[in-house]
Amino acid sequence: MSKLTLSVSPHIRSRLTTGGIMLDVVIALIPALIAGTVIFGLRALVLTAVCVASCMLAEFLFEFILKKPLTINDLSAVVTGMLLAFNLPVTIPFWQAVLGSVIAIIVVKQLFGGLGLNFANPAITARIVLFISFANTSMTHWIDPTRTFMSFNWANADMAASATPLAVLKPGSTGSLPSLMNMLLGIEGGCIGETCALALILGGIYLVARKVISFHIPVVFVATVFVLSLLVAPEGYSSLEYATYQILSGGLMIGAIFMATDYVTSPTTSLGKIIFALGCGVITFAIRIWGSYPEGVSFSILFMNLLVPFINKLTPTKPLGGAKAE
Amino acid sequence: MLPKLNGVTLPHRKNTAKMPAVKMTPPRLVTIPMNMHIGAPAVPCVKPGDEVKVGQLIAEAGGFVSAPVHASVSGKVKSVAPMLASTGTEIMAITIESDGEMAISEDCVAPDITDYDSFIAAVRASGAVGLGGAGFPTAVKLDVKDTSRIEQIIINGAECEPYITSDTRTMIDDANLIAEGIELLKKWLNAKQVIIGIEKNKPEAIKAMSTLCDDTVSVKVLPSIYPQGGEKVLIYNCTGKIVPEGKLPIDVGVIVLNCTTLAFIASYVKTGIPLVNKLMTVDGSAVAEPKNVIVPIGTSMADVFDFCGGFKEEPHKAFYGGPMMGIAVPDLSAPILKNTNAIIALNKADSVLPEPTPCIRCGKCVKACPLKLMPVDFARALSVKDVEMLEKRKVNLCMECGCCSYVCPARRPLVENNKLAKAELRKYQAAKKEENK
Repeated sequence: MSKLTLSVSPHIRSRLTTGGIMLDVVIALIPALIAGTVIFGLRALVLTAVCVASCMLAEFLFEFILKKPLTINDLSAVVTGMLLAFNLPVTIPFWQAVLGSVIAIIVVKQLFGGLGLNFANPAITARIVLFISFANTSMTHWIDPTRTFMSFNWANADMAASATPLAVLKPGSTGSLPSLMNMLLGIEGGCIGETCALALILGGIYLVARKVISFHIPVVFVATVFVLSLLVAPEGYSSLEYATYQILSGGLMIGAIFMATDYVTSPTTSLGKIIFALGCGVITFAIRIWGSYPEGVSFSILFMNLLVPFINKLTPTKPLGGAKAE
Repeated sequence: MLPKLNGVTLPHRKNTAKMPAVKMTPPRLVTIPMNMHIGAPAVPCVKPGDEVKVGQLIAEAGGFVSAPVHASVSGKVKSVAPMLASTGTEIMAITIESDGEMAISEDCVAPDITDYDSFIAAVRASGAVGLGGAGFPTAVKLDVKDTSRIEQIIINGAECEPYITSDTRTMIDDANLIAEGIELLKKWLNAKQVIIGIEKNKPEAIKAMSTLCDDTVSVKVLPSIYPQGGEKVLIYNCTGKIVPEGKLPIDVGVIVLNCTTLAFIASYVKTGIPLVNKLMTVDGSAVAEPKNVIVPIGTSMADVFDFCGGFKEEPHKAFYGGPMMGIAVPDLSAPILKNTNAIIALNKADSVLPEPTPCIRCGKCVKACPLKLMPVDFARALSVKDVEMLEKRKVNLCMECGCCSYVCPARRPLVENNKLAKAELRKYQAAKKEENK
């Protein structure tokens, strides 16, 4: 008889794999991808494909050249590519999108050891790099989605520019806001995957139902921004109306549901997650109200990413029956 | 309402739940190790060539925390020599060649029990150990000196591991023995409250045990969330009590006894036949005819599998106990032990070792841990030998139930990590103690 396999228990495993989790995230992002394509035109779809392809290629080449195990099967590069694309204006030149993908995968993820070891969210960090690099050109060129909605045309960079709702909400700004219904459906100026709150919330519900994420981070993050906004509604808005505009604007939904919940760069325990999300909410609010940028979701998540090791240290679980340490 | 403890939902695979145990034909040879319990190994008191009968003492308890060992077949002692145990260490074992008679020793007479002390002495002489799998000498557990300390006795019928149905069959087929066992507990340990904890996936066993309920005896139906049978989990779910670190259940007024252990004690008190047979489940994807079998202790796994129709597929892995905590064996010569409640053999596909991928810090291991530990932190602390972190995060409390490894999407060997981390911590604490001296 052949030798038997020896291993430490358990001898059965659940079917869940890293690739399976990532596939769930991809599925959860599909509604937003469809919404982005409907709202901003076919270029949104192609831009997403470009980001996904360049993220996967960057990961493959890095690992291949350094003779590391190939990990593109785990689909994490696909998630990064989709999230990066969703955080870009539809008119951004493709070469900039590719540059962002390379930054996300090589600089933020692989140089720190690959999946599980990066301290900051790759898509968020790459978005910020692009945002700062191309601040006054492609990264702030918002087209008017009422002109592209349902047209399925190629979104054109020459199209009339439009202000994002957040810019309009900024004190001292003129311009008009879309209706709240349009905000929910995403017919507003912004990045391709961030505007349709409805699609993002659908994806979020799917992720919570599949137990991929817990509700703590999205709910606390959004609720913090909502409650703080209630307190500072400027003249001309009711508190409720203003706070609702705030949570439906900009990258809050995609940030709270898909970016701040990234396992690697968020705390482990529920308490840690709540503290993390509170921090994200407060910083987002502060930047939106008092900062020089209209939007603060990316910065808030990146900043809180850096605090995760400390939050983890301060918020361990309480072992059942564990004696107090001397 | 108590806050719920975490755990995992497992496939039940209780294929043998409806099969009453059948008695195995006696094997030609049995190999009985001396360390079938926690504590000091038993000390052989026979030599090669001696004639022995079933139930005859062949090794005496090696200390207070120990248990005597008895012959499981009649025949001739072939050898008293070290063997390689499944743990990888050498252990003394007595090999007996069976004469096929299964003649019962004249020493087997019902013990004379008149008081608490003689009850404990009888349990000690019976060779009883925790039959749920832990193998802790039962007499030591029951020897609480002052029975007024006992507030509750929990009968563990949770049987939370997949495949295993031996406790289920005991509760159904030997309900009368459990009833007699409970009477013994009432009489000699002054048991004021007896709780029989059973997972809800065993309706027949729950029905059988419910017939025993009275003012002192109750059945607690537990959710089918692994590991309900873990001692601390069971105590919490049956009484709401938490056993503090470094303490025993009796320190919170609780004794936990496995239902099969209790049935055995009742049978011993009646017949005087010590622990020489074991009811166990034989199952797994490689086994031709899964069964519940009553097997003489020391029978080789190979003989038991043969009795169950051999293999329908070549076995690539075999282990004692269930798939969550079972101990894998290098070959099928491994003997059945006192605390063996199942032997499982898996086919090639089920034996493939998972390929670990990088930890993505999803925290699923933390959410699965019934004791609220953080395996993700243990793994990281172990990799950088941060023993103080291991101590702070209480890796010592880990009972190695397997939930963390089971759920890990990156297929990381978390239980293995925890075992290594516990060993590392023990080394560190021993060194610290030495320093303080």
